Amino acid sequence: MNRTLRKSTLAMWILAPALAILVGAVTDALISDAAPGEAEMRAEVAAWGLTDLALFTEARYTRHPSQADRHAAFQDHPGALEHFPSGALMPPPPHLREPTGP
Amino acid sequence: MNGFARQRYLLDFTVASLMRRPGRNLSLLLVYTLVVFLLASVMLYSQAIKGKAAALLQGAPEIVVQRMEAGRHALMPAAYLERLGRLRGVAEVQGRLWGYYYDPAVAANYTVMAPARDGAAPGQVRIGAGIARVRGLAAGDVFSLRGYDGQPHAYTVAAVLPATSELVSADLMLIAPADFRAFFGLADDVYTDLALSVTNPAEVRQVARKLAERLPDCRPILREEVLRTYESVFDWREGMLLAVLAGAVFAFLIFAWDKATGLSAEERREIGILRAIGWETGDVLRMKLWEGGLISFTAFCLGYGLAHLHVFHAGAPLFAGVMRGWSVLQPHFALTPQVDALQLTTLFLLSVVPYTVVTLVPVWRAATVDPDSIMR
Repeated sequence: MNRTLRKSTLAMWILAPALAILVGAVTDALISDAAPGEAEMRAEVAAWGLTDLALFTEARYTRHPSQADRHAAFQDHPGALEHFPSGALMPPPPHLREPTGP
Repeated sequence: MNGFARQRYLLDFTVASLMRRPGRNLSLLLVYTLVVFLLASVMLYSQAIKGKAAALLQGAPEIVVQRMEAGRHALMPAAYLERLGRLRGVAEVQGRLWGYYYDPAVAANYTVMAPARDGAAPGQVRIGAGIARVRGLAAGDVFSLRGYDGQPHAYTVAAVLPATSELVSADLMLIAPADFRAFFGLADDVYTDLALSVTNPAEVRQVARKLAERLPDCRPILREEVLRTYESVFDWREGMLLAVLAGAVFAFLIFAWDKATGLSAEERREIGILRAIGWETGDVLRMKLWEGGLISFTAFCLGYGLAHLHVFHAGAPLFAGVMRGWSVLQPHFALTPQVDALQLTTLFLLSVVPYTVVTLVPVWRAATVDPDSIMR
């Protein structure tokens, strides 16, 4: 009896774990509950009327981008360039780019 | 010979062929996996944080009304509360008290709030876990800050907000409304802005329009605009990261194109011999399809799986630098694992299909030429 491992079987031995990793990732995403603290954060947002995430706390217009006024990035003088690198990572809020509104 | 057995023999031959050039094929698999990993990480991270922002900010005020003065956000007179309350369709109006405080001791900015409910008792403060971390504070400690009158204001830390909610509260300081006014020197008849809730959610835009007409010095910010802001912030961020990664992706494409299209003399001879011993053109193509498929599908599975681990279980350390910005207070947070069928399909189509197809073209060319001329 020929006991040599066939090359196609070897390929399946390599492919099966790779596929298992993919299926594992997808299954993990499907069965995972919300990350800890999500219910708590929703409650805090509703109770305190929070409007923004505390991702960038270095300037008022990066801490609360949704509440920034039109001149936020030029707060020191009209031609002032942006101080903070976050400005390169976040655009002005869409509603500030619309032509209407006060 | 049935179809399955035939494919299996083809696969046997393909693997044997791959194993004849182990270094080259393993390095290709490694680079391919890395490219899929980076692309998938960016897509998963961006998708997850957009989902998180949308889920968390669903409870944000339906409309926030800010007063503007000379193009800047100005304080809101309390009289506006009553004027807005009379507006048809408005269910409730609340004055919000919040502001920023720069703490020179740790060079960090805090968001100071005095919520109408669930805030803090007079003389007490509830602080976010980020502030507690940088200032080394715990419940019961005294937190002293220099107020806008130049005098020190001391508050007893009633509680540190849960570390699991840092994404919204890392830099928050909750104090009583009277303490807030004393700390910032605000008069009793002003608020930072107003939060409105409307009777019928379908009428939010009409209410906002009426409000802008009635109070021309104010601007309404709708909850949908807040949510759109975050959608746009992270679309932008995803675009930036993808633009940075584009160099790596193009380098890989050149590498893969070169590998896939430039058949070596040895490979051409191999195809010629196969054709000479009776393989059909279709068999040669199937064999190469297996080769391309094996490498690209394995790389896709490994790359996606590793990206999932990186983003959802390792805290996405590769993006920490991008997230950090210049802020001293950085929130610690976990993202909820999620999968998007469209995203997964897009990544599959972008990573597996092009490589597999591109391997076929030169092979088809070589396999359709007379074997004799190839072997010479």
